[in-house]
Amino acid sequence: MSAPSPVRSMQLAGCATHPIRFVDGDAPVDFVLANDADVESIAADLAGYRSIALVFPKWADGRAYSQARLLRARYRFAGEIRATGEVLVDMMPLLARTGFDAVALRADQSKEFAERALSFFADGHYQGDVLEPLPRFRRGGEASA
Amino acid sequence: MYRYDEFDRHFVHQRAAQFRDQLERHLAGQLPDDDFRALRLQNGWYVQRHAPMARIAVPYGELSSKQLRALARIAREFDGRDGGPYEGRGGGFGHFTTRQNCQFNWIALPDSADVMDLLADVDMHGIQTSGNCIRNITSDCFAGVAADEVVDPRPYCEILRQWSTLHPEFAFLPRKFKIAVSGATEDRAATAWHDIGLVLRRNDAGEIGFEVRVGGGMGRTPVIGTVVRDFLPWQEILVFIEAIVRVYNRYGRRDNLYKARIKILVKAEGQKFIDAVEAEFANILARDLDGSAHLLTDAERDRIAACFEVPEGVAPIAESHDHAGAAASKPAAYTRWLERNVHAHRLAGYRAVTLSLKRAGQPPGDASADQMEHAAELADRFSASELRVSHDQNLVLPWVRASELPALWQAAREAGFATPNIGYLTDMIACPGGDLCALANARSIPIAAAITERFDDLDELHDIGDIDLHISGCINSCGHHHSGHIGILGVDKDGQEWYQVSLGGADGSTLSGPSTTGKVIGPSFAADEVPDVIEAVIDTYRGERVNGEERFIATVRRVGIEPFKAAANAVRRATAVHA
Repeated sequence: MSAPSPVRSMQLAGCATHPIRFVDGDAPVDFVLANDADVESIAADLAGYRSIALVFPKWADGRAYSQARLLRARYRFAGEIRATGEVLVDMMPLLARTGFDAVALRADQSKEFAERALSFFADGHYQGDVLEPLPRFRRGGEASA
Repeated sequence: MYRYDEFDRHFVHQRAAQFRDQLERHLAGQLPDDDFRALRLQNGWYVQRHAPMARIAVPYGELSSKQLRALARIAREFDGRDGGPYEGRGGGFGHFTTRQNCQFNWIALPDSADVMDLLADVDMHGIQTSGNCIRNITSDCFAGVAADEVVDPRPYCEILRQWSTLHPEFAFLPRKFKIAVSGATEDRAATAWHDIGLVLRRNDAGEIGFEVRVGGGMGRTPVIGTVVRDFLPWQEILVFIEAIVRVYNRYGRRDNLYKARIKILVKAEGQKFIDAVEAEFANILARDLDGSAHLLTDAERDRIAACFEVPEGVAPIAESHDHAGAAASKPAAYTRWLERNVHAHRLAGYRAVTLSLKRAGQPPGDASADQMEHAAELADRFSASELRVSHDQNLVLPWVRASELPALWQAAREAGFATPNIGYLTDMIACPGGDLCALANARSIPIAAAITERFDDLDELHDIGDIDLHISGCINSCGHHHSGHIGILGVDKDGQEWYQVSLGGADGSTLSGPSTTGKVIGPSFAADEVPDVIEAVIDTYRGERVNGEERFIATVRRVGIEPFKAAANAVRRATAVHA
């Protein structure tokens, strides 16, 4: 019961290795999915997209997290998923864990703070997510079944 | 109790460090109010009428004496601390809530990160005690000790706590999301009033599963949750809840704050909502990458359940009739305390004991730093160093030997915890109200105090019998007025405080009957009329009840609200013209 979880392969702690890249707000993207649109509606077209932008009209509107998670875990979309709209540095851990790999930060946001926001919780989380699909109780180590 | 391992401990310290980083950026002007708000809320930090309020999570109400001492230290050293901005404002106390949490009202925001560090040192935090996310999981305050328990809900509560903690997809839902779990015959967790209400059951084969309700809630639109599954195998609970919350996150309304709770979605969509949840549940398991990873395993359930075995030194003891004999030689006050504050236990020779936080001179649910320390001492002496926070805003000692009841009674009396009023009119639920809360339309504390003062005769309380009085300072319903046998709701008209009174609400307990919303007995009353109205209602009950035995709620159901309404109208003074 007492040993910490082993270090995971998809390590967020090292800033250089985190899986999110920063892009400009006006960088081109293949498709923009509105945040009230169903991911299911573009399922047939996904193979044709290299990048999809999801939208945070307000940063506290969390619909795009579910969209990203569905694109990755259900539809196996392997292209870029970009966070756009009101994207703040403190969203970084949630974005990374739900499958975003690119962010267009709001203009006033600092990349340095964004990277620092990813430095917490290096030992991982309880529940599984897109980066680490297994919950803690199914990962290696003493807590596994 | 659940025992933190290194991972859990590191996790809450990381959360405290993350919060400190956010707070420092905020104080340095790098994180504006609007962007900081949701971050501090998800750590339990509100900004209230006069000062910040900190809501500390007490997961499913379980608390160790060590943790309670840490809360006492926070009350003493940080709540209205000397030299701070709120010195002399009446701090130095904690408030226990219906959601089994503990709130402080006078801690300066710059001190907040230090408070989170202190909490992390005793395996506590404020994670998701506010914000539009999955909140603290609540449960039966007698979980694990109740004589009527079918399945101990605590291991499942802990599993849900871990799963919901910093869930990356569900941190910014349309609105807050509350889950309650019960595992006994009696529902002491008001499960039907929650966004998700879970009741643990055993089927004919002895297997464990959940009855799952969705879409209960109070506020402006009180709704009783809809049963969506009669018996969900326990292994599937995380996946099923993931399906519910994902459907809510995608389709819950975000255009209107008052229509954003899941109850509105469930009401609007009906069977379509249930179908969507079932389809999502099936999709997760059938289609998603590692979709079955969150099916629970025996090993995980057993690992967590091992923490909830009886504490060291606790084992069944043959019941002795000496206890009854001892009671006979004690004063009437002791007998009454045995009747009201002492509860049946699943272990022979043990009892659960409620420490009443309902007494004259202090708001319901409040405890000073000294009182918290006294309660911690009682827990150390009499209850294997464990306590519970009850939904009714009292503290409970879950592991008391029957043979030690006389000694506990003495000690509890000296500490002011032995008011034998549990379940009586003065054991009321009340929110902090307009004295402290920025949302409130009216004050709750003076109303609670006036009623407590009016009904200070224990013989009279005993004669009135079991009754749920619930007071909310506004329609957000933190004081659960909808479910009170008597509900009092503070309303604002023309900048003045008024109080709407309702009768016949039920929280879903056996005494109260199936969960339902109380009926309002006419236009609002003035504050100083409220004690007279309550007295008139009670007098009407005593006149109408059958055989002097019928409970208040049963009389209200049988005769309807009209006789009560007439009696209440007869005591109007300031509001007589409106009536």
